[in-house]
Amino acid sequence: MAIIRVENLNYQYSNSDTKAIDDVSFEIQAGDWVAIVGHNGSGKSTLAKLLIGLMAADSGKITIDGQVLTPDTVWQIREKVGMVFQNPDNQFVGATVADDVAFGMENRSVDRPTMATKVEQALKQVGMYDYKDREPANLSGGQKQRVALAGIIAIAPKILILDEATSMLDPRGRQEILAVIQQLKADLNLTVLSITHDIDEASNADRIVVIDDGHFVEEATPSELFTHGRQLVDMGLDVPLPEKLKDALQARHVTVPRSYLDERGLVDWLRTSRLNK
Amino acid sequence: MATDITFEQVNYWYQAGTPFAVHALKDINLKIKPGSFTAVIGQTGSGKSTLIQHFNALLKPTSGTVTIGDRVITNATKNKHLKPLRKKVGMVFQFPENQLFEETVIKDIAFGPQNFGVSEADAQALAKRMAGEVGLDESLLSRSPFDLSGGQMRRVAIAGVLALEPEVLVLDEPTAGLDPRGRSEIMQLVTRLREEQGLTIVLITHQMDDVANYADHVIVMGHGKLLKQGSPRAIFSDPAWLEDHELGLPSATKLAYELQQGGFHFDQMPLKIAELADQIVPQLPKGAITHE
Repeated sequence: MAIIRVENLNYQYSNSDTKAIDDVSFEIQAGDWVAIVGHNGSGKSTLAKLLIGLMAADSGKITIDGQVLTPDTVWQIREKVGMVFQNPDNQFVGATVADDVAFGMENRSVDRPTMATKVEQALKQVGMYDYKDREPANLSGGQKQRVALAGIIAIAPKILILDEATSMLDPRGRQEILAVIQQLKADLNLTVLSITHDIDEASNADRIVVIDDGHFVEEATPSELFTHGRQLVDMGLDVPLPEKLKDALQARHVTVPRSYLDERGLVDWLRTSRLNK
Repeated sequence: MATDITFEQVNYWYQAGTPFAVHALKDINLKIKPGSFTAVIGQTGSGKSTLIQHFNALLKPTSGTVTIGDRVITNATKNKHLKPLRKKVGMVFQFPENQLFEETVIKDIAFGPQNFGVSEADAQALAKRMAGEVGLDESLLSRSPFDLSGGQMRRVAIAGVLALEPEVLVLDEPTAGLDPRGRSEIMQLVTRLREEQGLTIVLITHQMDDVANYADHVIVMGHGKLLKQGSPRAIFSDPAWLEDHELGLPSATKLAYELQQGGFHFDQMPLKIAELADQIVPQLPKGAITHE
């Protein structure tokens, strides 16, 4: 069942000559992880804001979990969607880390004992329980992002939208958060929509959708998309390391395989090549 | 005059004297040399951002001394007369675009110098020059900064700091949230500022590839302590130590270690893709190499 259905969506900023979202239609199935990629200014974040009704589309229809998004349903729909933004400073309200995580539940009239348990669980899941009494403002960027994610985990939404949410984390922190999200997705049949420039985050997705100038231009699995080499930079992604090394070797007159190799594959290929003396 | 920055036995406590006091910097000794490119690395929460806020006396040490050029900053230093320091050491914070506020790009860039007593006309001329320096098209100068893309807004913010004509430029994860193209443009800009204008660069980053590609000195922070400092080659020569401190390797170095287990030999561990390729090619059989 499609949990997110978007039909002929259009949006244009009042100060712009071109459409930020231009006749976009797509469906996302419940339990899928879909990454939306595209360079800065391609329309990715606009799309995310339209999906949760932070801005109203000029035309088109958005259906979330069977409900059409309208001014009347927007609050019900937001109950089902958790969103983590790039800069967590913009979404902190609590005086302490624990208060902040509890805030979303307070809005949903969760009783106090349940709330306390859920805050504890959520903070442990993101590795921030030791910081529960600290002020969010005094945390580092990566720690703030973990707290923001804990706030979302606590309300257990059906859909999680990550808007560049791991961009402030160090590589290890990013891997940990992505593993937490994978786990949640498996436990709760969570649908994940991640807007990202990060190739590691995108490689976690079942499908990657490329957006450019407000259009959906391509849809592929991560390994299909990663064969594009340098074109990936136009799509707002980096070139995967094995492709970079293949390029450097080719420039040194080494004959390299054409198909996409992940790191393991590349190491195996080089190892075999070395022995073929 | 060249500005160097020296820390002697620096300690810093957040909310000092309260039950919530946190010992954020512990006995830090370091020196930033003029014209150098220093990368500050460490896990989230290791004290990197606290450290750099001492570089222009936004924070004063709870104990110890910070010497910036000829100014000595201690806990007893009054907040008066710190303005020249703020001009000498330019600070680009995380998400600097959040600090933009003027009606037009040029006014925003010119705001800093005007605040330091430069006339409006001179500040505008300076702003124009700095906009060019960071690669902002002249047609953007009369636009509202809020109409620009994320990458462009960040350039406006950096130009605003450069308009103070600092000697030291401190950047806290300046490429976070930009797409890979935007990231490499900002890093090239920083490199150019150092090469052409002799700026001293201090960069906080999580990108070990940026450390390998651009820095000549690395400071490793962990739990508020300075754990290690040295050249990128020295820092990245001990993967077990880095692993213990939950830090990564540059991607080329990491791949080289994997290849080493697969029988490849490296005289010196490569830090960059080009170095890695250079060392792999002679180890491949002649048949793998085409000669045109």
